Amino acid sequence: MSIFDILGPIMVGPSSSHTAGAVRIGYITRVLLGSPVAEAKIGLHGSFAATGRGHGTDRALMAGLLGMQPDDMRIPGSFEEAEKEHVKFSFHDMQISGAHPNTAFLEVRGTSGKELKVQASSLGGGRVMLNKLDGIEVNCACESPTLIVRNQDKPGYVAEVTTLLTQHSVNIATLNLHRDKKGGNAVMVIESDQPIPADVMERLEAMEGILKVTYLMSREEA
Amino acid sequence: MAYQSLQEIVETGNSRSIPFWKVILLDDMNDRSVTEEESVDTMKKMWSAMLEASDQYEGTMLSKSRLVGGMGAQMETYRTSQEPLCGDFMAKVISQALQMGESNACMKRIVAAPTAGACGVLPAVLIPLYREKKIPDEKVLEALYTAAGIGQVIAARAFIAGAAGGCQAEIGAASSMAAGALVHLRGGDSSQIIQAAAMALKNLLGLVCDPVAGLVEVPCVKRNVIGAVNALSCADMALAGITSRIPPDQVIDAMKEIGESMHVSLRETGEGGVANTPAAREIAQRLGM
Repeated sequence: MSIFDILGPIMVGPSSSHTAGAVRIGYITRVLLGSPVAEAKIGLHGSFAATGRGHGTDRALMAGLLGMQPDDMRIPGSFEEAEKEHVKFSFHDMQISGAHPNTAFLEVRGTSGKELKVQASSLGGGRVMLNKLDGIEVNCACESPTLIVRNQDKPGYVAEVTTLLTQHSVNIATLNLHRDKKGGNAVMVIESDQPIPADVMERLEAMEGILKVTYLMSREEA
Repeated sequence: MAYQSLQEIVETGNSRSIPFWKVILLDDMNDRSVTEEESVDTMKKMWSAMLEASDQYEGTMLSKSRLVGGMGAQMETYRTSQEPLCGDFMAKVISQALQMGESNACMKRIVAAPTAGACGVLPAVLIPLYREKKIPDEKVLEALYTAAGIGQVIAARAFIAGAAGGCQAEIGAASSMAAGALVHLRGGDSSQIIQAAAMALKNLLGLVCDPVAGLVEVPCVKRNVIGAVNALSCADMALAGITSRIPPDQVIDAMKEIGESMHVSLRETGEGGVANTPAAREIAQRLGM
């Protein structure tokens, strides 16, 4: 936690967890999707469902999906903005067992046709946790530069990726591995101390058996 | 890496003959791998955003629930047309606290310090002083580092979220940060800074988080006022040489213990306390929450 998590963030009110954090969840989803959002179905769980609308959580999530940051003055008018851009969206209440009280479940489709399911929680102070990506647990805070690699669950990918990062002097802060089932789809979540160079991304994307590479910049850059 | 102790910050500063704020600045440079200039630039952005938020207040706006709005303007009218009991300066502080809290509730842009719900406390004491006493910008930035350092220790040792520890963790922490910042602005030393921070937090221990209909409006906006007024009195006490009989770090630990034993209905769930009054229940029902 930096001093600017204490004095900051600069944000549109009224709640760092219900508004700023929600914008960030929407924004991270937009980045993970990799293209503008065409359609979004958004589920609100716990306190997000109970008091979210009064806090503008729904408008905040939508604002993030449109690429806005927590300090964007257009957040209160995000629904109108979405309609202008012909984005289809709907909200519903839901219960996710075991989830943090401030959790959203976003099912989005991009203009590219690509679909994505994101479950994320707002932890307070505008900080968030990306819980699940297409149903696979990832649990990443997305505060340091974060690399998310989705690959086939086969031997050797971790070695390939970490070797490549070492060659570019990128120090790994944390590394987490998840998979849906043995031999199925695997996810590698790497938080690093340095930004990840663009050619690392290109090399990874070209690698056989790697399905998707996503890079989330750290909070200041994002 | 954040400091875990206010006493440790004072000792680090004393051993290197640097003020409290400088210890925090150096720590930030190390923590985020930034230069002094980069760190100070970010702090300048926070300060400009606070001033901008203050300028953006509109006395005619109401929150979506219509529960708050216009109080900051009412206080200003009263201050300028009558003689406030607290005197002109304190009345300005009260106005500023209300205005910032209301702007936040109306989805305007503010600076969380340490949270959005408590965003009025620090600007309420800093902005009137800055404008009235013509304090140089650099001095205000130093005060903001002081405040951030105090807030960081509170966050590391205890919490700064109402859901975790009640309002004492939000308004209490903000008041503690503001008290330390004020002592710095008035020329107090590191030890006086943490004494003021300790007294301000101690005075608000036990304050529960009981927002009506779960919204950051009632009683949150007015609690920014008590946070600001309390910060001023504790800063004055510390500058007078009065100390907290309980060491500052132990006061923070007490806040943690109290927050942990607080019933969940009093931790931002909108179920207990003020939120559980018949009037509040009626409001919640009307708003469909």
